[in-house]
Amino acid sequence: MKVDIDLDKSLFLPHMTADDSTDVIEQLSTQLYEIGYVKESYIAAIKKREMEYPTGLPSKSPAVAIPHADFNLVNKTTVAVGTLEKPVEFHDMENIKKTIPVQIVIMLAIGEPHGQVEMLQRVVGIIQDEKLRNDILNANTSEELLNLIEPSLLGILN
Amino acid sequence: MPARILVACGNGIATSTVVASKIRSFMEDKGLPVDTTQTKLMEVPGKVEGFDLLVTTGEFDGKTHGVPYVKGMPILTGIGADNTFNEIYKIIKEKEG
Repeated sequence: MKVDIDLDKSLFLPHMTADDSTDVIEQLSTQLYEIGYVKESYIAAIKKREMEYPTGLPSKSPAVAIPHADFNLVNKTTVAVGTLEKPVEFHDMENIKKTIPVQIVIMLAIGEPHGQVEMLQRVVGIIQDEKLRNDILNANTSEELLNLIEPSLLGILN
Repeated sequence: MPARILVACGNGIATSTVVASKIRSFMEDKGLPVDTTQTKLMEVPGKVEGFDLLVTTGEFDGKTHGVPYVKGMPILTGIGADNTFNEIYKIIKEKEG
């Protein structure tokens, strides 16, 4: 199946520095807004949504969080990916009293409510691949990061 | 009539879509096709009645009105997914008799 998604190199940010989960979410969502993928209100919405329904996913290190917000606020479907040298604590999606030290943030900007199953499943594929997670964490440039993630998202390789 | 599974996540769109689609294809492979409905976690208590099973990603501690409940996170992370799929299969299989 063809996945209709534009990936933008400037949305792949290796070795970010952030104080906490809100900070990294703000940085990534601001980048999405500045390039025009989301509306300005997406920034506040995704921060609020993370507080209500956290998106930290429990796994071996490096752990992943997948913040996302209402599709109404998205102009065009894409993902923004940031890696963190120093982990920040995200709350666990399934047990919000717990926190998870996250080093890979995959922010989903999904423009259609039901049309992106395939893309989401591919994101889940990244989450489940421990070697890929480590490679992602070790990427030093936007290009390297994009090159690691693009095949998984667009299905060029398997 | 196929068994009906309610799948819920924060907004009823993102992670529940993945989990619902994985459950449908797993159950189809098992020869027990199911219908899935997605909803927001907040809306579960008002909607869940009459479903054969509730699966959620995200914390849920509301009322299920006696509907069996399985945590769907392992399907998303892959960690322990086999157990979760088997649990779902067992509940639906029992339901179907």
